[in-house]
Amino acid sequence: MTTPTAAAVASRRFAIRLPGLETTAAWLLAIVWIFPLLYAFWAAFHPAEFMVRFELLAPLTLDNFTDAWEQAPFARYYVNTFLLVTGIVAAQFVVCTLAGFAFARFPIPGKDALFMLVLIQLFVFPEVLIVENYRIASGLGLVDTIAGIGLPYVASAFGIFLLRQTFKTIPRELEEAARVEGCGWMAILLKVYVPLAKPTYLAYGLVSISHHWNNFLWPLVVTNSVESRPLTVGLGIFSAPETGVNWATISAATLLSIAPLLVAFLLFQRQFVQSFLRAGIR
Amino acid sequence: MARLTSDRRMQVYGALLLLPAAVLLGTFAYLPTVATLINSLFLPGFRGAAPEFVGLENYALLLEDRTFWTVARNNLFYALGTIPTSIALALGMALFVNARLPGRGLVRMAYFTPTILPMIAAANIWMFFYAPQIGLFNHLLGALGIEGPNWLGDPGVALGAVIVMTIWKEAGFFMIFYLAALQSIPPDLEEAADLEGTSRWSFFWRVTFPLLMPTTLFVLINALINAVRVVDHLFILTKGGPNNATNLLLYYVYENAFSFFDRTYAATITVVILLVLAVVATIKFRVLDRRTHYQ
Repeated sequence: MTTPTAAAVASRRFAIRLPGLETTAAWLLAIVWIFPLLYAFWAAFHPAEFMVRFELLAPLTLDNFTDAWEQAPFARYYVNTFLLVTGIVAAQFVVCTLAGFAFARFPIPGKDALFMLVLIQLFVFPEVLIVENYRIASGLGLVDTIAGIGLPYVASAFGIFLLRQTFKTIPRELEEAARVEGCGWMAILLKVYVPLAKPTYLAYGLVSISHHWNNFLWPLVVTNSVESRPLTVGLGIFSAPETGVNWATISAATLLSIAPLLVAFLLFQRQFVQSFLRAGIR
Repeated sequence: MARLTSDRRMQVYGALLLLPAAVLLGTFAYLPTVATLINSLFLPGFRGAAPEFVGLENYALLLEDRTFWTVARNNLFYALGTIPTSIALALGMALFVNARLPGRGLVRMAYFTPTILPMIAAANIWMFFYAPQIGLFNHLLGALGIEGPNWLGDPGVALGAVIVMTIWKEAGFFMIFYLAALQSIPPDLEEAADLEGTSRWSFFWRVTFPLLMPTTLFVLINALINAVRVVDHLFILTKGGPNNATNLLLYYVYENAFSFFDRTYAATITVVILLVLAVVATIKFRVLDRRTHYQ
């Protein structure tokens, strides 16, 4: 233990410098936290016999990836996930923009009660209601379709909430100015409100993309063929222990499924983190 | 008069704007919620017969179902096991990353990365850590001369193993909210405390921690929701086993509906989940948002 005076002097000179102990702890925790992902890379790029043998010069290979690609229709899963995610986000933008605009600017009777009703969906998620949603989806002929996976998420309370909050902060004067120029409500929405809400769309879009790229339970329930399965469900079926696929191949398949999102995250870390924060009010 | 009609037109226009969302929410949120409540009062009809109204019989069955109690207790332990630890870790991570730390960006990335992986992918990776003979954990323990347990096969250990993986997946997500909150605390507070010679320990407990309370509540709500909502990893790690030792409520719903084809019993368990979520929602709207106005 240093004397109090020495400590005080040190802390005043280096205002917020961490003592070595905390730096070490922070780094140790970081290594523990990233280790599983690094390990997945190790397993995927090395022959199966190096799964628990960590030799620096172990031969690198891409065989695990070609094996995974050949053993399951990952190309099709990619297409499905891509269609699903773009479809959901596009539809959410439209539906939530309209509803958010209505809640922000229109004198609808019982608006507050309606809005509370919408907020309930923040707690009652489609995946909690899998049993009944499955019945409804099959009644509408949506089972085993990409639309069937996506539709329950389109009217997202979270999106409506975020856009309503954003639209409310936009000054009415801008709206009046557009009206003087002869704009109708739709033109005002598209020319005034939507452009000014761009950061909200970005944040909401990123959160929604990551959520639906990763979503599993409802897609598992509502799909039953390669034609509509997204990556997560395909990966889940591929790597189920009873299939007996080897670990190196599973690691490669796992990396294949997370690669696009992981790369996007590493490139746009700040935007991702900001989006999750902004979306945090949920 | 003209004013009135224009108000009326605004109302109609607004209602039309709401229509798509209302139809979709009605179809995939409200209708299924109500149908779940109604179905929990019926027994399925066999061979095309109409379902039979049985009142609260399903709930009586539920109370006598030992598996249900096991599953409910598991979910409680799962919540108690994951939530406090991931919140504490998230706060610790945020404090680390908020201070001047060499390689801060890398450390923050390491903490946050598990958040953007799908639960299924995370479970795949951890599955190999936990595998009984060839798994990494037991391999490393073996090198130390210790015979590791069958992490996912031993009913006494399996839930703990699932909990550890969940903490790893969640903590980094909660960290970002603490980090944002820490950055909004004015630095002069710490300078003042420094001048008075307050120790960092007591500064944390007497100033920082209380200021972070809203964040802690917010994170707590999210963690509670996730504890009943996310069961994806069970499909890979344990399938609820061994002998239901890791089964959670929503997974039990899935089993009843899609493996045992007992839709009304699944509805009854869903009602329990809805009750839990209703409690969480009440906490959020009553306690957390007391000062937030939705106008």
